[in-house]
Amino acid sequence: MTLGRWLSADPRDVTLGLRTIAVGSVCNVSCAVLGCYLVLRRMSMLGDAISHAILPGLVIGFLLTGSISIVPMFAGALVFGMLTAFLTQTLQTYGRVSEDAGMGVVFTSLFALGVVLISGIGRMHLDQDCVFEGKIDLVAIDITDFWGLSVPLALWSLFPVLVMAVAFILLFWKELKVASFDPMLATSMGINATLIHYLLMGMVAGTTVAAFEAVGSILVVAMLIVPGATAHLLTDRLGWMILWSAVVGILAAILGYIGAAYWNTSVAGMMAVAVGGQFLVVVIVAPRHGLVSKLVGNLELSLRIVAEDIIAALYRLEEQRTGSSEVDRATWADCRQFADGSLLTRPAAILLRLRGQLAFVSGGHVELTDAGRRLGNSLVRSHRLWETFLDRHFELPADHLHEPASRIEHFIGPALQEKLARELDGSAVDPHGRSIPPLEQDDTD
Amino acid sequence: MSYTTTVILAGTSLLGACAGLVGCFAVLRRRALVGDALAHAALPGVCIAFMVLGYRSLLAMLFGAFVTGVASVVCISTLRQMTRIKEDAAIGIVLSVFFGAGVVLLRVIMNNTSSGSKAGLETYIYGKTTSIALSDVYLIAGAAVGCLAVIVLLYKEFKVVVFDSEFAGVQGWPAYLLDLLLMVMIAFAVVIGLPAVGVVMMAALLIIPAASARFWTEKLSVMLTMSALIGAAMGAAGTTLSSRFDVLPAGPAIVLCGSVVFMISLLVAPRRGLLARLWSERQFRLRMARQRTLNVIYNVWEQSHPEVLSFAMDDVLRRKSWTFAELHSALVALSHEGCVTFQPEGRFAMSDHGLQCAANAARGFRMWELFLTENAEASSGIADFDYRSLEERLPREMIAELEEKLKEAGRFPTMMSRDGFSHEHN
Repeated sequence: MTLGRWLSADPRDVTLGLRTIAVGSVCNVSCAVLGCYLVLRRMSMLGDAISHAILPGLVIGFLLTGSISIVPMFAGALVFGMLTAFLTQTLQTYGRVSEDAGMGVVFTSLFALGVVLISGIGRMHLDQDCVFEGKIDLVAIDITDFWGLSVPLALWSLFPVLVMAVAFILLFWKELKVASFDPMLATSMGINATLIHYLLMGMVAGTTVAAFEAVGSILVVAMLIVPGATAHLLTDRLGWMILWSAVVGILAAILGYIGAAYWNTSVAGMMAVAVGGQFLVVVIVAPRHGLVSKLVGNLELSLRIVAEDIIAALYRLEEQRTGSSEVDRATWADCRQFADGSLLTRPAAILLRLRGQLAFVSGGHVELTDAGRRLGNSLVRSHRLWETFLDRHFELPADHLHEPASRIEHFIGPALQEKLARELDGSAVDPHGRSIPPLEQDDTD
Repeated sequence: MSYTTTVILAGTSLLGACAGLVGCFAVLRRRALVGDALAHAALPGVCIAFMVLGYRSLLAMLFGAFVTGVASVVCISTLRQMTRIKEDAAIGIVLSVFFGAGVVLLRVIMNNTSSGSKAGLETYIYGKTTSIALSDVYLIAGAAVGCLAVIVLLYKEFKVVVFDSEFAGVQGWPAYLLDLLLMVMIAFAVVIGLPAVGVVMMAALLIIPAASARFWTEKLSVMLTMSALIGAAMGAAGTTLSSRFDVLPAGPAIVLCGSVVFMISLLVAPRRGLLARLWSERQFRLRMARQRTLNVIYNVWEQSHPEVLSFAMDDVLRRKSWTFAELHSALVALSHEGCVTFQPEGRFAMSDHGLQCAANAARGFRMWELFLTENAEASSGIADFDYRSLEERLPREMIAELEEKLKEAGRFPTMMSRDGFSHEHN
């Protein structure tokens, strides 16, 4: 069903679709906002563990009351969710079992217990597919009347969960933030990090249970982890991260439903795929933490360093030429050598020429312009200041000074230059006996 | 026992042994949950293989599962190395998205194919031990022998990669490739086991035997053997129980047997077990209490009349923030050693031997105190001290030097300096 066909489709189908998307969105957003904290606290897999481990809780809740009603099952699942978090933590602290192994033992055992209980009771109907996929395909049919509006029944349990999740985050904003980023600081500030941890676990367990019935466990796990991780790549601010994760969750519901309708397949599965697709796109193109921007950043840096290496080498050559006239002028081939044969030599040279720092003169020679000379002066000055500084403060042999200095010369700005010069009491000669060039002023200013 | 049960029993035991063997590396590498992700990621591979072929072929589906499983491992390690996504989130993302894709494909197959051959696909999620046939047993046995052969051949290399992969890299070994080979072996075991026990139970088979074996030993070879045995025992016990009791499905029964083994290991394993550790912590506390008490007694003795060997408990009590009960129990322990005899009116007397012990304790405390004052930077991380470990912790020259300094300051605890009698240390 393409978008155009979807818009022109039977209005009843559209309503059904909108209802499914609404249920999916509410569920996704409640999982996503809580999941941000799981991702930040490096406890993502606890979401997965809890979503499996609540099974015996659901069954026991059912056993005690004998009916599939939401409240006792919810309570049972909540208890087992917290138990998972608690047991994992306890195994880690007292049993010295590594966190991942402990979690693996706990959730698989509890899940197995749940399956055994179900088959032991026999009369409890549990559709296996429901565990993974939930009933989101059917939510649009189970509707109820709410002040004249037809609202999917599932929203009755999901919407309060969303409200609770948002209220929890707003209420404990500061505490959650400190406890997530720096538990030690939180404890020293008098915030009970353990309490916050278990409150969060309780919220995750509660949300999982509510969402479990509607959308199944795959979508719960996907929505707890993926939107938060996606948002984490997009921003460094917690507030924005939570908002972005909600947006990702809603988009996943919309795209997932459309995809599922188009290919006639599982809605919950498709929403998980949709959120995975969004994550993949963000991994590649995210502004600061994406693969592309990292590649571009590395490339820019390499280019700058190659260009600066050329300029600094030319400057040194000019220095020698003022002493004796026998030193030849540099050619284009020399530039390649200055840059250690880097593939970026040509782009760097073009860049320098565009910036007016390098001039190509007759006979295949290159020459510094005034602007280039100023840059070279600054670089060589940084280099020799740093060598002098190293020589004075560290016991390094003289032939070990050049390399660190040529690495750091690209990162010493005017302020640091001045600081180093002051620190060295205006020393004019570097350890190799070459003079440290004084700062050349920009005449044009 | 019927023929079918025997075949199933052989299958699950061999599977348990195989998973236990390779699971050790996953657990030691702190990647226990990667096995979980692998098991989930196999589903899309199974479906794709079915869609491509159009009919059910065990080998093709295993191959598909293997390919997507390895792809998931590569995705996890790429995400971890190239982005700011941490390992836990990477595992979770790959697990849920791959599995989601698997469910999508499964539904597509179920909705679009009318033939009955589709039914088998779901066993890859839930597992079906009764589906194990003799040919499967040969397959599982082959996988187990293969994994064992690789482990035996590359034992030394794996050992280094597992415990110190950076060192392996420095040694010039292809650490990344070895690591990948480990993951490929795990993927292999998972894929072989999936149709029999299903996704979640497969993760359990990888983790539980290894985590249990870890309690019992510090040696990799012993751990591998134990883990394989535990895995086999889990498989055998679970299958047997399940064949006795109809309501008990085999997969969960196997896992629950494993949980029992894990709990027993957790409690009673020597040294790393909970009881052993509680016991050794108690011993340590008692020894610390003894040393502290002796130290306080020595300080009281040093400042009061040196000839007097009888002390009021109240005097001793005031020197330190402790309760009467704590002091009393420490004194009772000392009286068993013949250091202390109780006297009426809340007093107690020190024997010569007791005073000797007290001097030794005080010597340790003072030397340690001096060491920490002079080497404040070394003190971080050393919270507490136990006299016996002083000789183990510091070089002999340093101890001699500390002794000299204490003697110069007149704080070196001997019984000779005060009462004029020489009580040589033995």
